[in-house]
Parts: sequence; C-alpha cells; structure tokens
Amino acid sequence: MAVLERHLALYRRLFWASAMSSFLLPVLFLVSIGVGVGGYVGDLDGVSYLQWIVPGVMASTAFQMAVGETTYPVLGDFKWTRGYHAMRATPVRIGDMVAGQVVFMVVRVLPQTVVFLLVVVAFGGLRSWWSVVTPLVCAAVVVASALPVMGFAARIDNDGYFALLFRFVMIPMTLFAGVFFPVSQLPLVAQWLAWVAPLWHGVELCRAATLGVAPPWPVGAHVVCLVVWAVAGGWFAMSGFARRLAV
Amino acid sequence: MAEEPLIFARGLVKRFGDFTAVDGIDVSVERGEAFGFLGPNGAGKSSTMRMISCVSPPTAGELRILGMDPVRDGVAIRGRLGVCPQLGNLDTDLSVFENLTTYARYFGLSRAEARRRAGELLEFVQLADRARGKVEPLSGGMKQRLTIARALVNDPEIVLLDEPTTGLDPQARHLLWERLYQLKRQGVTLVLTTHYMDEAEQLCDRLVVMDGGRIVAEGSPRELIGRYSTPEVVELRFAGGADVAVKLDGVGERVDSLPDRVLVYARDGDAVVAEVHRRGLAPLSVLVRRSTLEDVFLHLTGRTLVD
Repeated sequence: MAVLERHLALYRRLFWASAMSSFLLPVLFLVSIGVGVGGYVGDLDGVSYLQWIVPGVMASTAFQMAVGETTYPVLGDFKWTRGYHAMRATPVRIGDMVAGQVVFMVVRVLPQTVVFLLVVVAFGGLRSWWSVVTPLVCAAVVVASALPVMGFAARIDNDGYFALLFRFVMIPMTLFAGVFFPVSQLPLVAQWLAWVAPLWHGVELCRAATLGVAPPWPVGAHVVCLVVWAVAGGWFAMSGFARRLAV
Repeated sequence: MAEEPLIFARGLVKRFGDFTAVDGIDVSVERGEAFGFLGPNGAGKSSTMRMISCVSPPTAGELRILGMDPVRDGVAIRGRLGVCPQLGNLDTDLSVFENLTTYARYFGLSRAEARRRAGELLEFVQLADRARGKVEPLSGGMKQRLTIARALVNDPEIVLLDEPTTGLDPQARHLLWERLYQLKRQGVTLVLTTHYMDEAEQLCDRLVVMDGGRIVAEGSPRELIGRYSTPEVVELRFAGGADVAVKLDGVGERVDSLPDRVLVYARDGDAVVAEVHRRGLAPLSVLVRRSTLEDVFLHLTGRTLVD
C-alpha cells in the first residue's frame, strides 16, 4: 500500500499531462480510424467499423500504458532515482514493490476506461450492457502485460533494450492482435502468435462485451490465458527484482 | 545479565564470486555507542554495512542484529534500523516533505504520524524552510541532511551511515557532525563508515580499522593513537629528497619517509624541531601537530588513506 502511495504521489505531478494523453489519444484514434477509415470499410461482422474497433482501442490503450509505465519508470527506480534501493532498506518486501507498481497501474486504467466508455456512448459505439465489465478486462490486460515487462526492465542495464521491446513486441502486438482487423485475416502462423499475446485475449473479451456476442474462444479460456501471463509474469518480475536488489 | 550487543558478528565473510570483500571479521556494537568502520576504498566497509542493514546475506560466519538473524528476520530488523546509504536515493520528483512522509509509510506509520515526524525531522536537520521545495536544487549537504532525516523517520534504534560526509565541503561536514552528535546524545546507536580520520575522531567512541577485508586494529580513537602512534608528529619538507631520512635517524621515536614529506613521531614535537636544526638540517617547512588516526592508519598499513 505504501508503495502504491509513492507512485500516486509521483503521479500527481504528471496527472494533467498524462490524463490528456491517456483519455484524448484513444478518442483521436477512434475518430480518425473508426469514423474516417470506417467510412470506407463499411460494416464488419454485421456491426459498424467504429463499433468493431472501440473495444480494440480500449484494450490496446491499457496495454500500451502497462508497457510504457513499466519500462523506463521501473528501470529508472533501479538505476537513476534508486527508489527501489531506498525501499529495500525498509520493511517493504519485494512482493510489495511489485504489487504496488501493478496496483498503481490498475488504479490508473480503471477511471481511464470508464471515461472512454462514456465518450464512446456518445458516438453510439456500444451495443451491449456487458460493456460495464470492460474496465475489469482492461485491468486484467494491464496486470498480464505489466508484470512480464517489469521482469524484463529489472534484468536490463541499458534502456536501449526498450527500443527492441517497443519495435518487436509492443507495436506488432498492437497491430496484429485483433485491434484493427480480425486475426482470422492473418496467415495461420501469425494467428498462433496472436493467440499467445495477452492483448488479443483482452481485445476479444472487450469486443464480446461491447457487442454483446460470444468471444471466439470460451470466456474461461481467454481468462485462463490472461491469468497464465499474470502468474508467469509475476514470477518473472519477482525474481528479476530479487536478483537486481541482491548484493 | 549483560544486554546482548545490538550488532554481533563472528567470522563474518562476504564473497562476490572469487573476490572476498569481507574476510572474517569480528565486531560487536553496544547500545548507545557510536561505532566506526575506518578504511580506504575497497577495504570492505560498505559490504559490511550492507550485511548489517539486512540487504546482503553473509556468505559465511555469524551475524546477529538486535538479537535476530538478518536473513530470516530481515523485515523485522529493517523496521528498527535507519539507513543512510552512500549512493543517494531520494525521490527527486517528490518534495522534501513528501520524501519523508512517503518513506515513513514504508514503515507502516499512519499518515498523520508520518506528517508529524516529517515536520519534526525537518526542524532537526534545519530544512524546515525547504519543506515544500523540490529535492533537486538542494546542495549536497542539504540532501545528505534530508537523507539522515529520512533514516530517522521510524525512530530507529540503530542508524547506519555509509560515508555520510564524502564529497561535502567543510562547513556542511561540521553541521552534519553536529547533528549526528545530537543524535548520539539522545542515545541513538550510530554505526558509520568513513575514510576520513577526523570524522572518526570526531564521532566515534570506538572503531575498527579495516584493510583488505580484515580488521587490522580496534579501539577508541585515543587508544589507537596511544598504541600505534606518538602524541605528536612533526612534518618536515625538504628540498633534496629521500636521503635526508638517514640524517634524521634517532631524532624521534620513529621516522616515516613519504614521497613529499618526512614524518617524525615523538612525544615532544618542539624537541624534535630543535634537534633537526642542531644537526644542521634546513627543512623548507616544519609543522608540529597532534597525532591523528591518519598516522595510525599509515603505521598499520604502510599506506596513506588518500584515494
């Protein structure tokens, strides 16, 4: 809890700048791609393209925040501000450090998703009351993607590796995990990759909720995939932190 | 029955791969003491401090802090320690005040209590007027005082200070020493590392001199000076060079030739100076001073402490 408070105290200074980007950016995406591109694309699976990509933009915004907030900020707390080293000298345990960071991001993503939903309602982008569960799905996406990235950030010494992560993991996942078009359009090998990605499961669950249809896999299977990412990522993050702080 | 020492180490070893940083040291620190680890860089002081602060498990030997095992009871022990690390780790994006309140919360203090402690401690380290300000513009001495305030936020029984005044100007050092002296008077146990002899003399009741991971001497500053040096030292500088050392033979109790000067250890410095002049030697400069721990260190290791 105390770790969470530190992140919140730090975040207070950046609130407006980051609120602008995390609320406004997805709305801009929606207008340009949903309305603009959607005008050419027409309907998809029987719904308007705007309605079709709303859940994708929602989940991928959460995903990008999770990755963005666990790369430089986490490495920085090891290497530059040494905030984790400061915590290490107190009764704060490694699990507290990891949990504090993740809960902080969940706290951020929930209101962000709710505001996005309200904006989207104005655009007529939702078709089902199930939409109310999307903030929870986005929180799950955050947990499932933030933890492995934290484990990665704890293991590297040079922030140049983040460029690799952004180029070869984050951007491809955003492009090919069913945010802008169904993964069934992809060759089978690429589909396999999408099925592994935590983002795809989040996108499909959000889409099922906002459109009021059944997701491609049983709900339980999607949830299990996210839980597997979260548990494995949690172990990876904990061991990375422990190794980094061991002297 | 005598109280158990707050810090107790027997045969304590820390190895990093093939490198042995701490090579079997015995240390015992009693409540209320100011205890120092003195030595040059690489002597094993910081490694020892990290083991005591329960962030670095010992490789071998016995270590007990506050009567507990640092590996098993790390959380409980850390809750009763105050750590002032060598490398700064203040939160530069938080205000001075928030740095203390946030840290206090790590120890489970309530928000109200955290604010009360933060206010008190900023008074104590003379930073109350900077409470709302940022950390970044503070001078080195102010940051160090803030770090000390932060280390005190949980009302610790032992305060660990790793080279508290390294890199500070003389004025900032004296202010810091004065605050640390106040703490000592309040009964807080201080454990510090330093490579400054004057710091050890100023602050420590008892100290160990470390070199190459081992303890080479132990005692109070006075005892060590009495045992390994003479009350006074005469520093002589000559134009010529090393050959003068021969001519100084027998002038004092001992003569040490350094590259830039000759040190003569004696009970009476002025008598040495008179004898030097009687032998017809003409030093460029003469300084008679009291013996310091620097002289002890030089005698024990054959090296000066300068980096």
